[in-house]
Amino acid sequence: MAEIIVKGGFVIDPTRKIDGDVGDVAIKDGKIVDKVSSSAKVIDAKGKVVMAGGVDVHAHVAGPKVNVGRLYRPEDKLLSGFCRSAMAQKNGYRMESGFSIPSTFKTGYDYARMGYGFVMEAAMPPIHSPHVHEEIHDTPIIDEAALPVFGNNWFVMDYLKKGEVENTASYIAWLLKATKGYGVKVVNPGGTAAWGWGLNCVSLDDPVPYFEITPREIIKGLIEANEYLGLPHSMHVHQNDLGNPGNYKGTIDSLKISEGVKPKNKFGREQVMHSTHLQFHSYGGTGWGDFESKAKEVMDYVNKNKALTVDTGNVTLDETTTMTADGPFEHHLQGLNHLKWCNVDVEMETAAGVVPYVYDPNIKVCDIQWAIGLELALYAKDMNRIFITTDHPNAGPFTRYPRVMKWLMSRKARESVLNSFKHKDKVIAATTLHQIDRELTLFEIAQMTRSGPAKCLGMSNIYGGLAPGMSADVAVFDLNYKNMPSDPDMIEKAFQRAACFIKSGEVVVKDGEVVSNGHKKTVWVNVNMPENPQVKRDITQSFTKDYTVQLENYSVKDYLAPHPFVINVDVEA
Amino acid sequence: MATVTLKPTKVPELMFEGYSITPDAFAGKTAAQIASLPGHEGKIHVTIGDFFTVSGDAGATAAETDIVIVGDCKRVKYIGSKMTAGTVTVNGNADMYVGGWMKGGKIHIKGNMDSFCGIQMEGGELLCDGNAGNHVGCAYRGDWRGMKGGLIRIKGNAGNDIGTFMLGGTIIIEKNAFIHVSTHAEGGTVIIKGDVEGRVGGQMVKGDMYVLGKIKFMMPGYQKIDRVEKEIDGVKATFDHYIGDLGERHGKSKGQIVYANLYLKAAA
Repeated sequence: MAEIIVKGGFVIDPTRKIDGDVGDVAIKDGKIVDKVSSSAKVIDAKGKVVMAGGVDVHAHVAGPKVNVGRLYRPEDKLLSGFCRSAMAQKNGYRMESGFSIPSTFKTGYDYARMGYGFVMEAAMPPIHSPHVHEEIHDTPIIDEAALPVFGNNWFVMDYLKKGEVENTASYIAWLLKATKGYGVKVVNPGGTAAWGWGLNCVSLDDPVPYFEITPREIIKGLIEANEYLGLPHSMHVHQNDLGNPGNYKGTIDSLKISEGVKPKNKFGREQVMHSTHLQFHSYGGTGWGDFESKAKEVMDYVNKNKALTVDTGNVTLDETTTMTADGPFEHHLQGLNHLKWCNVDVEMETAAGVVPYVYDPNIKVCDIQWAIGLELALYAKDMNRIFITTDHPNAGPFTRYPRVMKWLMSRKARESVLNSFKHKDKVIAATTLHQIDRELTLFEIAQMTRSGPAKCLGMSNIYGGLAPGMSADVAVFDLNYKNMPSDPDMIEKAFQRAACFIKSGEVVVKDGEVVSNGHKKTVWVNVNMPENPQVKRDITQSFTKDYTVQLENYSVKDYLAPHPFVINVDVEA
Repeated sequence: MATVTLKPTKVPELMFEGYSITPDAFAGKTAAQIASLPGHEGKIHVTIGDFFTVSGDAGATAAETDIVIVGDCKRVKYIGSKMTAGTVTVNGNADMYVGGWMKGGKIHIKGNMDSFCGIQMEGGELLCDGNAGNHVGCAYRGDWRGMKGGLIRIKGNAGNDIGTFMLGGTIIIEKNAFIHVSTHAEGGTVIIKGDVEGRVGGQMVKGDMYVLGKIKFMMPGYQKIDRVEKEIDGVKATFDHYIGDLGERHGKSKGQIVYANLYLKAAA
């Protein structure tokens, strides 16, 4: 493979505490190296910012619910994308379509244009994992992994009810292998299972019908099982009672479950719980009338507890499509906006719902949600523990990350949005954003989008930095570190379309346009541990008795993930 | 006012997507510039000049521009779509999406129109002397925001899905219609002067419908509440007044539930 040298840019690499030093990044055989020969291809980055490829810790980009969104929202494709772009045809690229739920091709291309190299699909229904992997394979350029959902799984609830952490861990190990999954995702623990009875679990101690286990026990048990195995990523939770006024107390109570558990892994990960899209969980008030931000209260706790990482879930004030394994929540949301609702039960494992949603800047609640997402990041003390997401596409499409960065980096940009609100005074009264002067630096943005999420995922030796030996994902942005633009829109523009993006040592984006379909990889975690006869028997029995498919037909066949990157985890007896 | 005349010179092999045939796109341009405006035939880029000879320059603005197409446009889509002012007259038939998303001005089709005319229309006037296909003044597929304003008058028959998800404006079908009228509508008025097969006002939240002929199959969610005298589009008649769709959610105004209204001409 050819050698490349990215020359003379302002390098920003939090993993090595480099903040804007002018330097070169050398690339050989898809990896960052110390130096290259004089025949290396030169990419001039003079006057531009050079960062590692972005790492997205949480986005819904592949799988059945994403596809339901695509299928039942043809209007999302109208007037979006380059369906018939002459350039796409000429250059041999695939057509792109969709806004909030872009096609697989647009997903890969848009992430690449923003200089992102790795994306975690945040919720994989295990039985549908073959479909998830087919879609991942169809998404060009970016490396991806997927988190199977465990929080409402019948095996997990059965084992944890009896306090059997070891059996839970063995089951997790088996399922990760069967689904080529990456880690332990939990969505509305217990609540989604309760939805099968038309119920929900809105507090940590609401029992799940039939299973008689509580969300608290599920969260605690899965954290322990995760650490028993020593997986690269921690337990990754979408908490109970999402999106309801006054939920912040429950949020902090859930975060406290992480206290006293030590991270145990060989991947440099320091947290035991990743709490996702925290914006949806930081609400005060008793109803929509007195709805208010509790971002400060939640972040005060997060700042104190080093066993936690979080991501923001920024509302971007767009028309989007919500989709989650939190079935009861989607039903609740449909009751509020009366738009089309899709609801699915996934046998033995989970459920899902899909509802379009318009975050209308003329609606006070939407504006407060927007402010909360930004407040979370601005109140954070350790930027390596909080990451930028929009819970794509739930709070907004991932293509708005550059806009979120702009808002975080410029008070002027935030104020101009605040000033445009119809209910400006009410929004200011219900939030603290207006009082916050803080403007994040490029270094802090790099922590939130590169080094931080990579470390949280246990991938800090692969992604998120520019140290020799790491994957050569290098993004060049047209921003002058020494002389940042006074117009905040230029920040958004620079991050939206990278001047150059090198993925795995190959130039894939030049001047904001895709120039190669790249070489994507699917990352999954393979746990090697002694066989657990009881768990093996339970699985065999369940497939005979409960599942509609045979065990032999359940797992993801190798051909569905033809470019695997397997991370091995060895568990000793 | 300036008139631009388009004369069809050949029939497109596929369909010509004439999204540039609007007073807005023509405004301020010479005949030669208009002939080079873009369009698509399938995935191929073409121009207006590939299918029409253009004579006459446009006015300075859309409002000062009249477009006359002297000939048949049975395979030309999107005529007058998204237009805001001015006029378009077609002395023949037109294909799909005539006046889709239009905001103002006037379109007159002297022949028949295919489906999706006036979809998600916000204002202006669309007149058709012949028949219309399906989806007259409805929402785009999947969308829940249908026609918001303006007037569509079809002098002939129309097919199915008329005014789906309609929010405002008026649709008049002077002859018969098939099925699905004002489905999911939350406003606006649909007047059908002939007969309708059925499914009138299914899941309708709000808005008005008038049927001067017969409804072959009535929706079960409608209840007759009284009989009223009304004059509608120049016709004075006695109507049976129904409210519905009783199976759908409804808002309240001054403590009263607001239903959708169906006025069906009473049997003599």
